[in-house]
Parts: sequence; structure tokens; C-alpha cells
Amino acid sequence: MSLFPNMAVGPTVRAVHDEFHGDLLEVSMGPQHPSTHGVFRMVVTLDGEQIVKLKPVFGYLHRNHEKIAESTSYLGSMPYTDRLDYLCSMSTNWAYALAVEKLSGQAVPDRAQYLRIVMAELTRLVNHSCLVGFLFNDLGTSFTPLLYAFREREKILDLFESLSGSRMMCNYQRFGGCRVDPSPEWLAAAQALVDNFPRFLDEYETMLTGNEIMLARTQGVGRLDPAHAVNAGLTGPVLRACGVDYDLRKVDGYGFYPRFDFRVPLGAHGDTYDRYMMRILEMRESVKILQQAFRDLPAGPVMDPKAKLRGFRPKAGEAYGRLEGPKGELGFYLISDGSPNPWRYRVRPPSLINLTLLEEMCLGHTVADAVVILGSIDIVLGEVDR
Amino acid sequence: MSEPNPTSAAGLPSEALAKEGNISAAEREDLRRHGILLTSLEELYGWGRSNSIWPLQFGLACCAIEMIAAATARFDIARFGAEIFRPSPRQADLMIVSGTVTKKMAPQVVRLWNQMPEPKYCIAMGACAISGGPFKQGYNVLKGIDRFIPVDIYIPGCPPRPEALLHGLTQLQEKIRSEKISGPQAARHLQPDAASEFPVPDYGAHDLQPPSNPDIFTAPVLPRKA
Amino acid sequence: MESLEQIRDRLLARFPAAKVELVVNPGTAAEHALLLDAAHARDIALFLRDDPALRLDYCSNVTGVDWPEREIVDTVKKSVPDPAGGPAKVVEEKSKRIQPGCLEAVYHLYSMALKHGPVILRLRTGNRTDQVTLPSLTPVWRAADFQEREIFDLYGIVFSGHPDLRRILMWDEFKDHPMRKDYVAPDDFEWEPTPHGEVHERAKAHYPPAVQPPDGPSVASAKEGPAP
Repeated sequence: MSLFPNMAVGPTVRAVHDEFHGDLLEVSMGPQHPSTHGVFRMVVTLDGEQIVKLKPVFGYLHRNHEKIAESTSYLGSMPYTDRLDYLCSMSTNWAYALAVEKLSGQAVPDRAQYLRIVMAELTRLVNHSCLVGFLFNDLGTSFTPLLYAFREREKILDLFESLSGSRMMCNYQRFGGCRVDPSPEWLAAAQALVDNFPRFLDEYETMLTGNEIMLARTQGVGRLDPAHAVNAGLTGPVLRACGVDYDLRKVDGYGFYPRFDFRVPLGAHGDTYDRYMMRILEMRESVKILQQAFRDLPAGPVMDPKAKLRGFRPKAGEAYGRLEGPKGELGFYLISDGSPNPWRYRVRPPSLINLTLLEEMCLGHTVADAVVILGSIDIVLGEVDR
Repeated sequence: MSEPNPTSAAGLPSEALAKEGNISAAEREDLRRHGILLTSLEELYGWGRSNSIWPLQFGLACCAIEMIAAATARFDIARFGAEIFRPSPRQADLMIVSGTVTKKMAPQVVRLWNQMPEPKYCIAMGACAISGGPFKQGYNVLKGIDRFIPVDIYIPGCPPRPEALLHGLTQLQEKIRSEKISGPQAARHLQPDAASEFPVPDYGAHDLQPPSNPDIFTAPVLPRKA
Repeated sequence: MESLEQIRDRLLARFPAAKVELVVNPGTAAEHALLLDAAHARDIALFLRDDPALRLDYCSNVTGVDWPEREIVDTVKKSVPDPAGGPAKVVEEKSKRIQPGCLEAVYHLYSMALKHGPVILRLRTGNRTDQVTLPSLTPVWRAADFQEREIFDLYGIVFSGHPDLRRILMWDEFKDHPMRKDYVAPDDFEWEPTPHGEVHERAKAHYPPAVQPPDGPSVASAKEGPAP
């Protein structure tokens, strides 16, 4: 018998009794809730307005990506990876391509390596600016910062669309390179966008960073200590906000990242405010990476001529490929038995594992703070539930 | 409203005007230029409702991001009077099922639909909401929300662009404007015996119980030609 | 970081009763793994986490894998001396054996402090039906919490010592373990024009003979999947 009975047709609020606290209220937030970023659900037990227990409930968007991928070809899974983290399809594509390339030993041409970094960092800009917008939605500034973020997002999505044919579901990376080569006009447009991006960031920060309500609502809220965060497997900006220096772009040095000069911002307090600042600072570093990528982009093919897409059969074995996605360590674990389909296909979802400590972060805070803490973790339900 | 009866329905003024056609659209336009607005209750009712649709703020998956994009500056769903996304189903007229409906989520979607007051409409946005889309083979994916609730507008795409959502919305507005307020063709919410709430499926040991609502869903009969 | 053989030897020296085997990955990635026995897995995990030279403080990925029972044909080449006194003949002898099935949990460990890794641990259950209990490593790495619950849900491995082991993705009343290879999904789609021959066959069952769907593409093209 489960701890929390399924409340599909039950009440959303009910009274419970606790030996220690006395009378408590159990509230089911979600799966339809304006601030759970999709179909996430938290069962929150409240003493007055204070949270004494919080259990996340997953699976409302469990659409069997792994099972479907085991019955389709390696290439056939690539469009599905777009739909995992639907804000950052380009970097999810890359993570999958990285794992398959590790599995099959496929080489990638230099130009494609640079293009992948361009796409991944543009995706990071999209993800972080939208995340900040959603975070402020949760703080109560209904929609306004999000309008600014989506204005920039549309510009980047225009670039993605003109390159790959689709706004959100780019399906751009391939095993052994990228699908299409951008034209010089595309690169000029992207360069212009990146040149203007710091102005947007300045505008954004002028509005948001010093905002008094924002400071009051985020500083000291949802604190995490580094040892706890490492043990719980947190990654990405959430981990670095606690001061742990672990960025796979530096640690693994995958792709051509060792050729780039950039810094990894670190927080000191591990609270919601630091997590917000991590995103802003990472966007500034991404702009630096993009500028270097445009400067150094070599000529050449974007696909390895020896790459085989149809009838692709890696030899038996397994590989775990991971990269620093905008949300944290995004990994793909593949087991091949030599057939055209993977025997095991597993996604290591950063959004899901970053939620491990949600309860600890929220205990003692109010419901309104839980919403903000959840917003600062940055989840996408497509990836949490897969 | 009284029960639909074709013979006595002629007594109502709007029906009579429409049937006898004693004033043409050109004549009405002429009158309007002279400052005389001539309309019928039915038109006024449809016009008002179609331009103030309040959608339910309810995102399921990828399509929800495009739905949010439709509400932002470039696409601006406010031009069509549908920018007030209500988080509560009690205040919403339109459910945009934006994304994959999983079997775990399906009872909640039906429950939300039941909580919405009439008149209410449903848009199935994206391939997943229509038929399961790319995830159709999944064991936990509902193969189309029309298995449990009636759908008014289907918007294909994976995900549909925001423009496609706006097109779907204008199609829905057309539909609302053309609805009759009386007679046998009266809008669904004005027919006393039309169902407004639908049974919520239960979680079974292997699948939802029942896997579809037989009253509103029948499997497509003829497969397409190869 | 020391090699996996060195780690294994140190583990065997430290835990003499434990069984630690090296599982070789034949692929290009050559990420080999250590197969632990269930009885000592948690002690070994604690040792790996706290050993100053390893400090594998970060458990990145926890996965279940299903290995159903399968028949393996061994081919042994034997030289048989010709009774007539001629040169010896090489004869292939085929023997069939059943490799028992099992469920497997795979842990990918890294060190955030020392920035090395991965060390891959594997735990295997006795079979796929009744001996499916493994020790939970959630007390060692909290990161395994949701992922072990997911394995329990989708594969049916019971992790003893897990603080909150219940279904995570499917609903609680659900009885099956859908990621297992022999899972049969509910038959609830009627027709789908995909190149999957198997799906096509299943769709046929939904129609009376008069309105049978036209035959789908041949099975040969179905295996390759859609065009790029």
C-alpha cells in the first residue's frame, strides 16, 4: 500500500493527523497547477502555512521514450530526443549523438564540433532566459519578464528554424556531424544576435536583479549545502550555486570545449537567489563562448564522409555519454547487442535527479516559497518523466 | 430553453428573420452606416462569446511551450480575445489539450473537463493529443483525448506553430458564431439532454478502465487506402 | 585514477568474502564494469565512496537492464583423427545451453572531488521472477533514490533498504513491469500507418475480414526504420 493513495478521483485537500504536529492539512498541488511547470505534482503537508512534508509525484508525462527507443533504430530515436527536453532540443540531440559516437567510435569533423557548440550555447541562452522568466512568473510578476525572454527566444528560434526547418524540434545532430551546414548569411545573423544579447541581459538585469521583492523572496530561501547536494547527485547550475565546481565542459572536456576560454560561475550560499544569478552569469559566459566559436569556425564538411546513417549497427558493447546540458548532466546510456536497435536505451535526466532534494529545500518554508524553489531548480516534465 | 420542436421554433424572432430573409446583409450594412445597428440575439450572443474565450491555463507537454509562445508579444493571442488564461477550470471556457495525454494523466484531464462550466470547448493541439502522435506505441500514452472527451477543433503538428494555434482559435470562433441558440441545431450546452460531464476512467491493473468511453468514441472503421 | 583491475584487487583484499568480477565491455568505449555480489554491495559502495584515493562521491546514473533467458549455441572445433589413418578432420560440435535470465542494476560513479570516473558497478538478481531483491544503494548515494524507484517500477527489482520504495512513473495499481522485454502492452491502438510490421499485424485484429487494412510494407524494410 502506498504512502499516498492515488488521488485521481479523490480530494485535493484533506485533513490528516500527525502525532507530532497535531492537525495538518494535506494539499495536492498539481498535476494541473499554474506554477508546477507542466504536469508535476507535489503532495504537500502543511502545518498552518509551513511545509512539514513534501512528496513529489511523477509520471504524468511518462511517454515511454525509452521503451519506444528500444524498438526503433538508433537514428529513429533522434527526433524523440528533441521532445525530451523541449526547450533545449539542440543540446539533447548532441548528448544522444555523443553517446552513439562513443558507442561506435565515430569521428566528428572540426566544423561540426564548432557548430555543435554554437547550437548548444544558443540553446543555453534560450533555456536560461526562459527559466528566469518562469521563475519570475512564480514570484508573482505574472508574465512580464517572460515576455522579454520570449522576445529573445523567438529570435533564436528563427535561426534554428531557418537552419533545421523546425522551431523547437530541430533534429539537427547526426552521428558523425550535423545535418546541414549554415550559410554565411545565417552565421552573420547569428553573430548579430549574439552581439546584441548582452544588451538584452543588461536590460533584464536592470529590471530584475536588484528588485526588492525578488531579493526578499529568494535570498536564504531553499538553501542547500554542498555535501548534501553532491551526495544527491545534483548537477548543473543548481549544484554550482552551492559552490561545487563541477562543469562537464571543463571536467570531461567533450567536444572542442577545451579550446575555449570561459569561466564557470560559482555561487556561495546555495539559495534561490544564487541559482538565479548562476543562470544570468552562465548566459554571459555563453555569449563569450559563442563569440569565440564564430571567430574560429573552420571551413570543411559538417558530416564525416564515413558516417553511416541507414542500417547503422554499432558492434556489441555499451557506452555512457554525458554532457553539460542547460539543466545539468544529461547522459545517455546505450547497450548495443549488434542489432539495428539498442538493447537498452537510458536517459539520465538532470531535471528528475535535481528534484531529489526538493523536500529538504522546502521544509519550513511556505507554499509560496516552494513554488519559487521549484522554479529555480528548472525542470522540464518531458525530461523528468520521459 | 424549450425542447427542440421544429414546428413551433418558427415563433422565435431570430429564426423567423433568418428563414424569411426579409432583410439582406447589404441592407443591414446600409442601415449600419446610418447609425442603426440591427442584429439578432443569436448573433450578439455568438459574437460576444467568440471574442472572449478564456482558455484553461493547462500545459501538458511540448505544445504547451508553443501555447505560451502564442500568448507572447510576437503572436499575441490577445488580438483574438483569448489572452486570459485561467488557472482554474471553473472560470474557463476552452480547454487546449496541449501535448501528450498519458494514461496516468487522462483521468485528471477528464476531471478538469467535468469541472469546467458550460458552454465549453476543447481544442486538441498537436499530434499527441489527437492520436498519440509519435508516442503512439507507448504503453502509457492515451491514443487521442477524443477517447474520453469530445473535441471541437483538431490542430495537427508536432508541435503546431503558434500561428496554427491562432488558426485553430479562429476556426473555433467561427464555430461559436454559427451556433444556434434554439431549435434542433441549438448549441450543445443549450440542449438539456446533451452530456456535459463524462465518466472519469479508473486506473486498472494493466490499462485504464475503461480504455475509452464507448458513448463518444468508436474506432475508425475504414483504414486508409495504401 | 587507478585501473579497474587495481580497484578490484584492493576490494578483494579488503573484503575477502566478497565476489567481485570484472565485466568486460567489448565495445569501442571500453568502459568495463565491476560485478558485485548482493551481500557485500553496500559495504563495497561505502568503501568506494569514502576511500581517499577514489572518493566516488557522485552516483551519476542508475539503470536497470533486463536480460531474459536465452539460448546460446556454442561451437567447439575439434580435430577428429581419421580412423582410416588419413589427416585429422576438424569437426564443429554445436552444443546448446540456456543462459539463465536476470535483471541487472548498473551504477555509474564519478568523483566530483577528484574529478575522475567513471567506475561502473553492476548488481544482478538471481532470476527474473522470485529472486529479484538487491540491496539499495540509496543510503550510500541519495542520488539513487528516484532512479532505484524507477527500476523497481519499470523492471521489478526490489531494493531492500530503500527508504521509500513505491512506483514512481506508473500508477500504484499498475501490476506490470513495462520495460521488461517480455511485457505485452495493452492492445489499444487500431491502426497506424507505420512501417512497423508487427504493429500492422496487431492492427488487423481490430477489423472484420471485410475491411482488412491493406498490407503494410514488407518486414525487410520495417527493420531499418524510417529514412533519415
